[in-house]
Amino acid sequence: MANWIPLWLHKLSSPPVFYRFAGVLRPWAIALAVLLGLVALYGGLVLAPPDYQQGDDYRIIFIHVPSAWMSLFIYGVMGVAAFIALVWRIKLAEVVAMASAPIGAAFTFITLVTGSLWGVRMWGTWWTWDARLTSELVLLFLYLGVIALYHSFEDRRQGARTAAFLALIGIVNVPIVHFSVVWWNTLHQGSTIKLLGPSTIAPGMVWPLLTMMVATKLYYVASLCSRARADLLALESGKDWVRQIAENEVRG
Amino acid sequence: MNPTRQRRLTIVIAILVAVIVASALVVYALQQNMNYLFTPSQVQAGDAASYKTFRLGGMVKAGSIQRGGDSLKVTFTVVDAAGAMPVEYNGILPDLFRENQSVIATGHMDGARFVATEVLAKHDETYMPKELKDAMAKAHAGKRIDEAANQDKQQL
Repeated sequence: MANWIPLWLHKLSSPPVFYRFAGVLRPWAIALAVLLGLVALYGGLVLAPPDYQQGDDYRIIFIHVPSAWMSLFIYGVMGVAAFIALVWRIKLAEVVAMASAPIGAAFTFITLVTGSLWGVRMWGTWWTWDARLTSELVLLFLYLGVIALYHSFEDRRQGARTAAFLALIGIVNVPIVHFSVVWWNTLHQGSTIKLLGPSTIAPGMVWPLLTMMVATKLYYVASLCSRARADLLALESGKDWVRQIAENEVRG
Repeated sequence: MNPTRQRRLTIVIAILVAVIVASALVVYALQQNMNYLFTPSQVQAGDAASYKTFRLGGMVKAGSIQRGGDSLKVTFTVVDAAGAMPVEYNGILPDLFRENQSVIATGHMDGARFVATEVLAKHDETYMPKELKDAMAKAHAGKRIDEAANQDKQQL
């Protein structure tokens, strides 16, 4: 009955099909990401009320928290893609895993920088070695390690498989980052938005946060589409479908 | 699934399980000694005795803040659910430092007093407008909202 899903996925994993699909998806994703991002920024910086304790300084949350979510989410996607790449050797999975790493690294970097700016205003320090901050820094190093390993091989596919291994092992850090504030006494506060149980944030503040979350997800989709398309063209440069695209470009 | 993939799947899952078990054991082991801070009752129970310098965390007791007239010297009492500890500090305090606020002080014991070299303010994960907080405080009629919101970590 529902075997059209695996069939469709199987078809999508073929490079030319994915190339076309990503080409169609990308402009929509980027347009929606920019639109929602602007709405979220307006909602967060202008409409949302100041916090009772932190005043206007808390507004950096609208960048910090969505970036932090993305740093973990992208690592999850990269880990799953790496697993598929290692076991089934699907070319698209290798491409998705390797194209995700720089985007995830960027979001992790933004998280650390905005957290630092927030920390110096509220806590009174730029950096401290508590469990949440340290594990997030380890996440950045894992991303950078995956990128470096990928590029240290002459053969792109060999590099992708080796880096996929590191990406897969590093996935144990994702729950550690998330639960660090529960498992240990930390300077960093606990989670505000909870999937189970009530969130501890006013409704006027939560909608820009969730809108920004959707916007960052869409940005990731758009960015992944661009990077995967470029990588697929490079990997399949000798194939007929790439030659076809090249010839159309020249003629057009 | 062909035998090659079957074998690869087994190897990858075995390695993944090994890594997860290893890190779970590390996390479990660190649970004992990777705590960022000690609470006053933990210090009084002697948990921090093996450290010369450590972090003390808790809430600033209402009415305990005393500032020196001609210097930056300030003394206050840090409390948790079961204990209290006098703290002495000479320096600039963060903006969020106030009564009933969670703070983390780095320093060492000097007799029964804790002499801090750095004081950080900790804020909780609750965000709300000031008007809502005032309304809630009124509704609670005398019950301190800060205490309710800050109790998450002090319980640990």
